[in-house]
Amino acid sequence: MALGTVDPAAGSTPSLRRGRRHPGERIVEVLLVVAAIVSVATTAGIIFSLAEPAFEFFREVSIVEFLTGNRWTPTFSDKHYGVLPLVTATVLSTLIAIGVAIPLGLGSAIYLAEYATERTRRLVKPVIEVLAGVPTVVYGFFALFGLNPILQKYWPGGDAPAFQNLLVAGVVMGFMIVPTVASLSEDAMSAVPRSLREGAYALASSRMQVAVRVVVPAAVSGIVASFVLAISRALGETMIVTMAGGLSSDSVIFNPIKAAATMTAYIANVSQGDIPVGTTDYNTVFAVGSLLFIFTFALNVLSIRLVRRFREVYE
Amino acid sequence: MTTLSRAAGPTQAPTFSLTRKRIRPGEIIFVWALRACLLIAFLFLVWLISYALYKGWDRLDSRLWRFMPTGRISRIETAGVQSAITGTLWVILLTAAICMPTGILSAIYLEEYADNNRWYNRFLELNIQNLAGVPSIIFGILGLGFVARRFGLGFSVITAAIVLALLVLPVVIIATREAIRAVPQSIRQASYALGATKWQTVSRQVLPAAVPGIATGSILAISRAIGEAAPLIVLGAVTYVTTNPNGLLSTYTTLPIQIFSLLSEAQAGLQKLGAAAIVLLLGIVLLLNSVAIFVRNKFQKRW
Amino acid sequence: MTKTLRRFGLVAAGLAMTLAAAACGGDNTSSGGATTGPPKLSGAVAVDGSSTVAPLSKAAADIFKEEQSGVSVTVGTSGTGGGFEKFCKGETDISFFLSETGATEKAKCEAAGITIAEFQIANDALSVVVHKDATWIDCITTANLKKIWDQGSTVKNWKDIDPAYPDQALALFGPGTDSGTFDFFTAAINGKEDQSRSDYTASENDNVLVQGVAASKGGMGYFGFTYAEENKDKLKVLKVDSGAGCVAPGVASAQDGTYKPLSRPLFIYPSVKAMQSKPQVKAFVDFYVDNIDEIVTEAKFIPLTAAQKTALATAHGNAK
Repeated sequence: MALGTVDPAAGSTPSLRRGRRHPGERIVEVLLVVAAIVSVATTAGIIFSLAEPAFEFFREVSIVEFLTGNRWTPTFSDKHYGVLPLVTATVLSTLIAIGVAIPLGLGSAIYLAEYATERTRRLVKPVIEVLAGVPTVVYGFFALFGLNPILQKYWPGGDAPAFQNLLVAGVVMGFMIVPTVASLSEDAMSAVPRSLREGAYALASSRMQVAVRVVVPAAVSGIVASFVLAISRALGETMIVTMAGGLSSDSVIFNPIKAAATMTAYIANVSQGDIPVGTTDYNTVFAVGSLLFIFTFALNVLSIRLVRRFREVYE
Repeated sequence: MTTLSRAAGPTQAPTFSLTRKRIRPGEIIFVWALRACLLIAFLFLVWLISYALYKGWDRLDSRLWRFMPTGRISRIETAGVQSAITGTLWVILLTAAICMPTGILSAIYLEEYADNNRWYNRFLELNIQNLAGVPSIIFGILGLGFVARRFGLGFSVITAAIVLALLVLPVVIIATREAIRAVPQSIRQASYALGATKWQTVSRQVLPAAVPGIATGSILAISRAIGEAAPLIVLGAVTYVTTNPNGLLSTYTTLPIQIFSLLSEAQAGLQKLGAAAIVLLLGIVLLLNSVAIFVRNKFQKRW
Repeated sequence: MTKTLRRFGLVAAGLAMTLAAAACGGDNTSSGGATTGPPKLSGAVAVDGSSTVAPLSKAAADIFKEEQSGVSVTVGTSGTGGGFEKFCKGETDISFFLSETGATEKAKCEAAGITIAEFQIANDALSVVVHKDATWIDCITTANLKKIWDQGSTVKNWKDIDPAYPDQALALFGPGTDSGTFDFFTAAINGKEDQSRSDYTASENDNVLVQGVAASKGGMGYFGFTYAEENKDKLKVLKVDSGAGCVAPGVASAQDGTYKPLSRPLFIYPSVKAMQSKPQVKAFVDFYVDNIDEIVTEAKFIPLTAAQKTALATAHGNAK
C-alpha cells in the first residue's frame, strides 16, 4: 500500500499534513459502524419482543403485586403473581456461582500470569478453557446425576440437600464461569507492561507483592470486566438451573439446599410447556424476561462506571 | 528480601549479596493457594469428563455417526446421531462466520474509531455489555419473533446460526476490545509516524498484535455457542430429524438438543445413547479448542 | 498475511468444503431401489407438540421412511403451547398434545384458516409409583391420592394418610406444572385442573422423577405409563381404587376404561389444509392411521380398542 505523501524522488520537504484520504478508509469506517449497530438492533429486537406481551401481562396483573408478592404460582389453579421467589432464587444461585468462580478464576489467572512458565501457561490455559466449552446441558446432567447424589450422601449435619437444589446448580455454574474470569483476567494481567513489574522487583518486592500490589491493580479494569461478564453469565444461565435447580416457586427460599426455580428456569420451563400462547399465564414469560433484562442492564450501568474509574492507561 | 552483607574490613569494597535470605511463609502459602485454585478447576473437569465417559462408554462407537436417530424402540441399538453431528457442524460454522467478523469489526470501531465522549458511543458500550448477560432463552424468543417469522427464515440452520451469533457476539466484542486495548499506544504512534493511515495501522499493526486475545474471546464464544440448547429449543429445533442439512434453509437438529431429548427418554438404551453423544460433543469441543490454541500460541506476544 | 495463516486458512476452507460436500451428498434424495407401490413422494412433513406424545409420531415417521424415503418427516417437541402456536400459523402440519383441544384453540386456528382434524391414536394410563420396598401399600384410593396431592395439603408423612402406614417421611415427585400430565392428574384426582399442592419436586424430565422415587424410601410420584413400564424393576406401580376395587394400570384396564380415573386418550391433530395442499402430508397421515397398531407397538404405548379404531377410521374418512 502506498504510504502517505512522501515522495522520495522529489527533493521537496515531506509534508506532515495527512495526505489524501483513501476512499477505502471511508468504506471501512462505514462497515465498522454497521457492525456496531448490529448490537443495537439486537437489543431493540429483544426489547420489542418482550415489551408487547409484557404490557399485556401488566394489564391483567398489577405491577405492585408482581414486584412485591412472595408467591409465584401462575401454573397452579390458585394463581399468585409475586415474582420475589424467582428473584431470590436467581440472586442466590448467582452468588453461589461467583463465590466459586471469582476466587478460583482470579487465583488461576494470577498464577498463570505471574508464576507459571510460558510452557505451563500454554498447556494449562486451554485446559481451563475447556470448562467454558462444556455444554450447559452436560453440566446440568452432571450436577443432577453425578454431583448431587454425592453431596446428599456426604452432607454433614441435618437435612441433606434436596433432589434438586440451588447449591449444586450454583456450584456447577461457578465452575463453568471460571474460564471467563480466568482467561480475561489473565489477558488483562499479561497486558501490564513488563517495565512495571521490573520496576517493582528492582525495589525489592517479592513475587507476591508484585502480583498483588502492582499487577492486579494495574489490570483491574480487565479483571472487573471479567467479573461483570461472569455475573451476567450466572444471572442468565438457563439449562443448569432448570435441570438441577428445581422448579418450586411458591415461596421465597433462602436455603440453598432446597429446590427453587430461578427466573431463567421458569422461562425455560414454560416455553416448552403446555400453556397456550397468548394467555396471561404464558405472558408471565415475557414479564419475567423483561425484569431479568432490566436487572442485567442496571448491573452493567453500575459496572461501566466502576471500570471507567479504575482503568489505567500505559504510555 | 535481599540482604546486604558487608565484607569484613574497612579497606575492602563492600560486596552485596543479592540472594534472597528468607522467603516469607506467606509467599509459599500464597503460591500454593493459587496452585490449588487451578488444581480444583482442573479436577472438576476431570471428574466431569470421567463421569461422562463412564456413563457413555458402552455406546461410544461408530454407530454414533453412521446412523440416524430412530423412533422405533426395536431399533434402538442401531440408532445414532448423525443428523445432530452434521447439524452441529453446520450451525457452528455459520455462527462463526457471522459473529466473528461482526464482533471484531464492532470492537475495532469502539476501540479505535469511537470518541468515548459521545453519548452514542457510551450507549453502544453499555448495550453490548448488557447483551452479554441476557439469558440465552431470550435470544430464542427474539429469534422466534423476528428471524424465523418476520424475516421469514423459518426454523432452519441459518436462523439458529443468527440467533447463536447474536448470543455470543458480546463475548467476542468484549474480549477483542480487551485485546486491542492491550496493544501499547507506542505501536500505533510509530505507525502513524511512518505515514500509515488509520486502517493500515489497525489492520497491519494492532490486529495482528491482538490476535491472541481475539482468539481467546472467539474460543470462549464458539464453545458456548456449540453447547447452547435453550434458545434453539424455543426456536423449535426438532428432536427427530433423519436428514443432514443441505442448505441454509434446512431443518436441523444439534447435539445439545438431541442430548437433552435423549436424556428424557424412558428407554435406558436411548439414555445411554445420550451419554455417548455427550462424550462425542465434549470431544468436538476439545478439538475446536485445540485448533484455536494453536492459532493463539503462534502469535502470543508479551509487551 | 503470513504463510502460516494462509495455510491455516486453506485448511479451514478445505474442511468447510468437505463438510458441505458431505452434507450435500447426504441421504435426502432417494436413489435406485425401484419398487412397485405408491408413487415416490418428496417434501417435508413437520410434526410438533408435547414431548409426552412425541414417541408415537417418531415411530410413525421412522416406519414411514422405509416406504417413502424421499419424504423428510421431522418431529419437534415445542410443547403444547408453542407447538399449537406454530400449528395455527401453518408452520407445522400435524400437532399432538394431551388435552382435548379446547373450543377456543380450535376457533383460533380455524380463524387463521386451519381446520383441525382430531384423531385418537392411542391410550395412556397415568401410573402412580412408590419406592420398590414400600411394602405397606399396594393399592391407593383416589380419596387418599387427593388427600396427598390436593392444594393446601399438609401431609408430610405416610402415617398422616392412614395410621396403618409406617412412620415414613413422604417425598413427592411429579411433573412440572405446565405439562399436560399435571393438568390431567390434577383434574382427575383433585377435581380441578392445576389445583395441587406446590411443595413437591417437579421436573419435566420423567427420568428425574423415576430416579427420585427410586432413591427415596418414602417416595411417591406419577407419570406416564411408558416410564412406569420401563422402570418396573426400580419402582412399584400402585393399583388405584376409585370406588370399584383396586385396578392396576395396564393395556387392558386402560382400553376398557376400568383403570379410573387415570386413563386418558391420546390424539394427533393434522391440519386439513396441509393434507389437502401437500400430498406428502396426506400420505403420512394415511400411513399413520392405516398402520396405527404397528406404530403403537413400536413406541410401546397402549393401543386402541377395536371400537376406537373404527372411530378413527371414520374420523379419517371425514377429514379428507
